[in-house]
Amino acid sequence: MQNFSITSPSNLPAAAAAGQNSDTAFIAGGTDMMQLLKNNVITPSKLIDLEKLSLSEIKSENGVLRLGAMATMADVAAHPVVRQNWPAISRALLLSASPQVRNMGTMGGNLLQRTRCLYFRDTGFACNKRAPGSGCPAIPGDSRDLAILGTSPHCIATHPSDLPVALMALDAELELLTPEGTTRRMSLSKFYRLPGTTPHIESNLEAGQIITAVILADQAIGRLSTYLKVRDRTSFAFALVSAAVALDIEDGLIKNARVALGGVGTMPWRVHQVELALCGQKPSDRVFELATLRIGEGAQTTEMNAFKVKLAQRTVVRALQAISA
Amino acid sequence: MGGAKYAAEFELPDMAHAVLVQSTIAAGKILGFDLIAAKAMPGVLVIITPDNAEKLHNLKPAQQKVTYPLLQNADIKFNGQHVAVVVADTFERATAAAAAVRVHYRATKAVTTMDQAFSESVTPKNFSNGRAKPDSQIGETSPILPSGTLRVEQIYTTPIEHHNPMEPHATIAHWSGEQLTVWTATQGISGAQKALSSLFGLKPQNVTVICPYVGGGFGSKGNTWPPAVLAAMATRQVNRPVKLVVTREQMFTSNGYRPRTVQRIKLAANPDGRLLSVRHDVKTQTSMPEVGEFAEPSALITRMLYSAPSIGTSHRLVQVNHGLPTYMRGPGESSGAFAIESAMDEMAAALKIDPIDFRLRNYAERDPTADLPFASKALRECYAQGAAAFGWEKRNPAPRSMRDGHMLVGMGMATSSYPTNRMPASASVHLTADGSALVRSGTQDIGTGTYTTLAQVAADELGLPLGKVRTQLGDSRLPPAPVSGGSMTSASVVPAVQAAAQGVKAQLFALAISHGGFQWQSVSPDVLTLIDSAVDGPAGRIGIGQLFTLAKIKQLNATAGAQPAPDANDYSKHAFGAQFVEVRVDPDLGIVRVSRWVGAFDCGRVLNAKTARSQLIGGIIYGMGMALFEETRIDRNTGRITNANISDYLVAVNADVPEIETIIVDSIDPISNPLGTKGIGELPMVGAAPAIANAVYHATGTRIRDLPIRIEQLLA
Repeated sequence: MQNFSITSPSNLPAAAAAGQNSDTAFIAGGTDMMQLLKNNVITPSKLIDLEKLSLSEIKSENGVLRLGAMATMADVAAHPVVRQNWPAISRALLLSASPQVRNMGTMGGNLLQRTRCLYFRDTGFACNKRAPGSGCPAIPGDSRDLAILGTSPHCIATHPSDLPVALMALDAELELLTPEGTTRRMSLSKFYRLPGTTPHIESNLEAGQIITAVILADQAIGRLSTYLKVRDRTSFAFALVSAAVALDIEDGLIKNARVALGGVGTMPWRVHQVELALCGQKPSDRVFELATLRIGEGAQTTEMNAFKVKLAQRTVVRALQAISA
Repeated sequence: MGGAKYAAEFELPDMAHAVLVQSTIAAGKILGFDLIAAKAMPGVLVIITPDNAEKLHNLKPAQQKVTYPLLQNADIKFNGQHVAVVVADTFERATAAAAAVRVHYRATKAVTTMDQAFSESVTPKNFSNGRAKPDSQIGETSPILPSGTLRVEQIYTTPIEHHNPMEPHATIAHWSGEQLTVWTATQGISGAQKALSSLFGLKPQNVTVICPYVGGGFGSKGNTWPPAVLAAMATRQVNRPVKLVVTREQMFTSNGYRPRTVQRIKLAANPDGRLLSVRHDVKTQTSMPEVGEFAEPSALITRMLYSAPSIGTSHRLVQVNHGLPTYMRGPGESSGAFAIESAMDEMAAALKIDPIDFRLRNYAERDPTADLPFASKALRECYAQGAAAFGWEKRNPAPRSMRDGHMLVGMGMATSSYPTNRMPASASVHLTADGSALVRSGTQDIGTGTYTTLAQVAADELGLPLGKVRTQLGDSRLPPAPVSGGSMTSASVVPAVQAAAQGVKAQLFALAISHGGFQWQSVSPDVLTLIDSAVDGPAGRIGIGQLFTLAKIKQLNATAGAQPAPDANDYSKHAFGAQFVEVRVDPDLGIVRVSRWVGAFDCGRVLNAKTARSQLIGGIIYGMGMALFEETRIDRNTGRITNANISDYLVAVNADVPEIETIIVDSIDPISNPLGTKGIGELPMVGAAPAIANAVYHATGTRIRDLPIRIEQLLA
C-alpha cells in the first residue's frame, strides 16, 4: 500500500469537485478498495470518502424503488419491499460475499467492484486492465474463472458482482451527479463498457461523476424473479456462473422474460436472444431448454472455461424452473 | 486480543519491521537492484539483498533447517523467491518501501509444471529422512496372474496444496550482546534453536526460541523457514529487535506446501475378491536441487494397508522451479490414500463386492511389507461401528441408484491409517507448598490442547485438582522435546510429564515417611497414594502444605526424560480408521455437497475427549477441503502462483460442513507408549478425500481421479 490522504466531504458538490482530479478515487464501503490498495493494484494519492453524503436511504414510492448508493448490501437485501417486489435483488445480495462484507459493502461500490481476475490482482503479472498495453497473460494462462462473453484479445476478465446481474435483468437505472452539479439518469444497460482495446475503462462513469442512487421502476417484471448462483463452495465464493431471471406470465403464457448472467461476461450479461425465445411460450422444461441453447452464441472459450456454456444454460433452466413451478 | 499470545504479538522497545520482497520470475539471475527510491523513503533502516546479506554458515540443509533462499547468491530458482528484506521503523513504511524496490533479472527457461519434466524423474536422495526406502517389493514383482483375474490400473493425481494456517509465519528477532532471542511461530522450538545457531555460527545456548502458542501449523511450521532466519539476520544488521510477519500472499512461497502427486495404481484380484498383487508408483514434485529435496511419501500407506502376496511401491521426484515442498497434514498418507482407496473402490465395484467386505477379505493381520505384527489394530471394529452408525446397509450398491428429490445421493467409504510415532522428550514438574504444580516442557501447543493434556496428566498423577496445575511450554530453555509433528506430541511428551510427576510423588512419599511422625516410619511408599492434595496411607493423611512445613522446604522438583521402548521396533505401529460419507450431487449443475459424515477411529487411548473430537472433526474438514476445494494454481507460462490468497485458494467454510459423527473405538495400544495413545492429529484427514470421491462415484457413476473434484468434471 502506498501513502494516501483521505477526506470526507459533507456535501455532494464538494465530493464531485474533489473527485475530478486524476489521482483521486472515491471510497464507499471499502471492502474491495482496501484490497486493491493493499495489493498496489491501484495507487491513488487521495481518497474521497462518501460516508457523510447521506446517500444510504432506501425509499419506495408510487411503485418506484430508490436505493441510495451508500445503502449497504445487508440493508437492501433485508428490505421488505425489495424482498417482495424484486426478490432477485435480495437473493443476489444474500448470495454475495459474507455477512461482514454485506454490512459494509454498498450499492454503488458493488456496481463498481473490480474484477477478481487473478492476473489483475497480482502486480507480479502483466495486465492490460491494470497496466494498459502490458499484455494479457490470463488468456493463455489460468482462465478457469474468466469470461466467455464480451471478451477481447486484450482482456477476458469477468465482472465479479452479483447485484448488477439482477439489476440488469430488472432494467435498473442509475442516478448520477455530475461535477457541474446536475443529476442525470443512465440505464444500467448503458453503464458498463466492453473491454475492447481499452479494458482499463470499465464504465461510462466520467471523472468526478458520483452514483447517487439505483432506481427500479417496473414492478410487473420484478415480482416473479430470482437469482441462482453456482460456485465451488457453498458460501463466500464468486460465481462460476449465476443467473438472474424474471418472468411475467399472463394466462399461462410468458408475456415478458428477463435473463441476465453473471460469472461469464466481461460485464453483467443480459441475454436478449433467450428472452425472445421465451416470450409467448407456455413455461415448460422443454421451452426453457430450447431457449437457453442460444446462450453460447458468440462465446469465446478457453480449454479451461469452456464448461461455462453448458453450466450457464443449465443454471438459467434451473432458475426459470424455480420461478415458474 | 485473547489470552493466548502469539509470536507476532510480543512488544519489544524500539522494534523495527521487516518486509520481504519476492521474485517475479521463476528461473534466472538477479542482475542488480535499483534501491534509490526505496532507500530514500521515510523510516527505511536497511535493505538487505544478496549484495549485503550476512554470510551464513553450514548451508547444508537438514531436517527442520531450510537453507534456501537466504540471500546468499543471486540465483532465482522459483517465482516468489525472497530476493530482499526491507527494514524500516514501522510496518507500513517497510511495506511501502518494499513495493518501491526494483529488481533486474536475466530470466532463463523454467520448468513451471511437473508435466514439463515428467519423464526426467529422479530417485529421492533422502527419502523420509532415511527412515524408509523409496522403493519396496514383497513377493514377485510381476506375478503370473491366472485367467479370470480382475485388474484396475489407473492414475490418480492430487494438486499442490497449501496449509494456510490462520496465523501467518511470524518472527520477532532480537540480537543483544551475544544472545539471539526469537519469538517465532514454529512447531519445533528445539529445531529452530538448532537451525538458527548452526546458520549464524552461534552456540545453541546463545539462541533462545520462544513460541507459547501456534495459530495452526499443519506441517508448515515444522521447519525453520527462511523468513525466521532473515528476521534474525536483520536484527543483527540494525541492532534493534525486528519483527517480520509473512503476508498471506507470501505464505504461498515461504513455507512449503504439499507437492503435486501423480500416482499409478495397479491392482489385481481374483474373482473371490482376494488381492493377488498391488503396485503403487508415485511421482511427486520437488524443487530444484539447490533449494532442497522433499518427497511426499504417498505409497508408504500401501505397504501396510492390505494383505497381498505381491506388493510393490516406488517414489520418484520431478524437479520443478517451485519452492521446497514439505510435510502437510498426513504427508504421504493423505495423498496416497486418495489413490489406493479410490482404486480399492474401483476394484470392489468391478468385483461386485461391497467395499467394506472387499477390504475385510484382504485385511492385513500383520504388516505385510515390514513383516511385523501390528502393535495394535482395531480396524475391523472401525468398519463395523462406523457402518452401523452410518447406516451403510441402506446403501444400494448400484451407482446412480439413490435419489433425494432431484439430487443424486451417494455413499462412500475409505480406510484411514497413520503411523504411531514417538520420539525422546523431557519435562519437569515443580510442586509448591500451596499444593499447586507447574509442568514445564520445551514442546509447543500447536492448537491441539497440549497445555490442557499435560496439566491433566500431572494433576492425575499428583492427586491435584486441574486448576492447581499450570503448564509452561514453548521456550527452548525448558527441558527439550521434539517437533510437534507426526501426531506424536502426546505419545512423546506425556510419558515424560508422567515420569517427572512420579518423581515428585516419590519425593513426597519419602518426605511423608521421614517427616510424618512415628506412625509413618514403617510405612512402605508402595501403599501410599496422593489424593486431594494430601498423602494418604495406613498411618493417616498429611497435606502437601503440612509436609512442606515439616520438612522445611518450599518446592519439590523432578525432571524426567522418556523415550521409545527398545522393543517398539519389533512391531508395526499404526492408528486406523474408517470414513463414511454421504454426498448429494446436483445432476444438472455438477455441484457436490457433503450431507453426512461418520468417522470411526482406532486411535488408542484418548486423553481428553473434547480436544480429541476437536482434532478429529478438524482433520475430516481438512479432508473435505482436499477433496472438493483446495488447489494451488500455477500460471504455466511464468511459474507464478495465481491464487495466492484465501479468497481464491478455497477451503471449506461452515456452510460446506454437515454434522460430523466421530466414534472412537475401544482400543489401547500396549506397545507404542506407556499411555496406550496412538496419535490423532493426522489420522482423521487420511481417507477423507477418497471416501468423498467414492461417494461421488456412487452418486453419479463418474469416477473422479484428479483432485479437487470440480463442477466441470461432473457436468455430463
